[in-house]
Amino acid sequence: MSEFLQHLINMLVLGGTYALLGIGLTLIFGIMNVVNFTHGILYTFGAYIMFIVVHQLGVNFFLALPLAVAAGWLLGAAIELTLLRPLRGSDIDTTMLVMIGAWIAMQSGALWIWGGVAKSVTTPFPEAPLVLGPVSVSWLRLFVLAAAAMLIVVTYLLINKTKLGCAMRATFQDQDTASLMGVNVDLIYTSTFAIGSSLAAAAGALLGPVYVIFPQMGDLAAVKAFAIVILGGLGNITGAVIGGFILALAEELGAGYVSSGYRDAMGFLIIIAVLIFKPTGLFARSERVG
Amino acid sequence: MKSAIAILTVVAFASVPLWLRDPYLMNALITTGIFIIGAMSLNLLLGFTGQLSLGHIAFFGIGAYVSALTSLGFDVGLPFGFRIVHDPWPPIVGFVLAIVVAGLCGYLVGLLSFRVRGAYFVIVTISFAEVVRLVALNWVELTQGPLALTNIPSITIGLPGLGDLTLRTKLQNYYLVLAVAVVTYLLISRLVHSHFGRAMRGLMENETLAVSVGIDVTKTLTLAAVISAGIAGAAGSLYAHYIRIIDPEVFAFINTVTMVIMVITGGKGSLAGPVVGGMIFGLLPVFLRPIMAPEAQWIAYGGVLIGILFVLPRGIVPSLALRFAKPRKRIEPVTAVAFSERDVKEHA
Repeated sequence: MSEFLQHLINMLVLGGTYALLGIGLTLIFGIMNVVNFTHGILYTFGAYIMFIVVHQLGVNFFLALPLAVAAGWLLGAAIELTLLRPLRGSDIDTTMLVMIGAWIAMQSGALWIWGGVAKSVTTPFPEAPLVLGPVSVSWLRLFVLAAAAMLIVVTYLLINKTKLGCAMRATFQDQDTASLMGVNVDLIYTSTFAIGSSLAAAAGALLGPVYVIFPQMGDLAAVKAFAIVILGGLGNITGAVIGGFILALAEELGAGYVSSGYRDAMGFLIIIAVLIFKPTGLFARSERVG
Repeated sequence: MKSAIAILTVVAFASVPLWLRDPYLMNALITTGIFIIGAMSLNLLLGFTGQLSLGHIAFFGIGAYVSALTSLGFDVGLPFGFRIVHDPWPPIVGFVLAIVVAGLCGYLVGLLSFRVRGAYFVIVTISFAEVVRLVALNWVELTQGPLALTNIPSITIGLPGLGDLTLRTKLQNYYLVLAVAVVTYLLISRLVHSHFGRAMRGLMENETLAVSVGIDVTKTLTLAAVISAGIAGAAGSLYAHYIRIIDPEVFAFINTVTMVIMVITGGKGSLAGPVVGGMIFGLLPVFLRPIMAPEAQWIAYGGVLIGILFVLPRGIVPSLALRFAKPRKRIEPVTAVAFSERDVKEHA
């Protein structure tokens, strides 16, 4: 029983960051209809920014987090402006392949600059975990969960309560009508991609210190983000949050009770199962697929 | 005209070992040839049915593992106390089994994944390849996991009246790969210009219209997936018996991307496209190696992929073909349809 409780605690910590990844990707995928292969590299990028700011610039750990989010925002905006804006209106396969090209170039760039040796970030949290009866959780992981929850709430408010969020939702529903109503669609696209990217960078900056940082860490993160988006349905933020926790639960239970080697297979199996049995996602309203 | 170019190209490739003595370059040519066969099979799906399968390396890897395990033998336990013990068979049987098993997997994946289109199809195919990779990594009893399958025997061909010939040298493997590549090219060429090929392209241009004129979508797409997977399996088998060691890294996503880059650069939906794109990207590392770090090479690949899509979105071969094509009577926007129509006429 206590083992199961421990899995649930781990699931909460993992699920929070997965939800961030998923929200970022569901915004981009849902609003822009871009299969964003650079999402994983933004996750890697966020983690490396954390490492650089803490270790090479000597900035406080808690200040480094907003810096990583801001850096992700800037990089996302740059990718959108240089690669996606000129391709607007071209078919989904072309943009997908361009994003694959960008992903390969950027990941190799990370490998070139920072090398393949995994790095770790020292944190200001005490080594001893917080023990609650039969389960224990490290302070760092608690902080990660709290920060992820805060970012999820901020994003939710941004999408549902602000004028920018309203314009984003309008663009998601009908781009042409939104444009007729005076929504600057180009600006919405750039903002969407930048926000989505900054969330991926935040997830990387939060999980990077928990594990280790290496250039390929984003590859699996990207696929997991796709799994979450497919689970939750396109452009569905609440779905992405729930999807993030479901994936985390599946991974924890899969690793705990099946085999730890197949932990990362859970995301893929979920993708295949959902697309075969309920391709609109578990929580989707009626939407088109493909 | 076209067949003259094709025959000249084959003769040129066949003459390479006569003047090229450098073993490193020969090795690069053989692996490039194997990847070109893979790229041609990918082109059948990507270029002629319009389905971007990013899990194509799964069929290549399955072919490699099936062929290697057939010729090495294995002994695995299954649930409920069953055991499968397999004694080594000749590699040429492995080659045939690789095609059959990869084709079967293509059938199953096609059956499941063609229920969705576009981005979803892409994601299902990626997921399939990753699951297969994780199985290859974790089913250590069968695949040796990360320790790799080693000492895979070379392919032996029985020659009538001459006894058995084991293809050990680079020269022999070069001609084997060339022969398989030529057969693949001819097979795909026949397919594309048949009724089935027109059905595939009809689906790519307009699925609704194709259905309305009586084309069976699922049957056509699944058959294309089976043939494509079978060819990829053959390429994987060649790879296993040439390299003679395979590990789960053969399933790496980057290998699919390499094939996709070859097809896109050369020109999807063009028969010669994967060959041209494959030669460029297969041999580029050889020339870049002395001047660039491997990471920088990959940055260049990413850049080239983006650049090609921006500058020559249809790829090198179709763009060149358009440039040298005879002027048409009426100037019209050249679409993929117009191009493929002319392609058919020239061949007929």
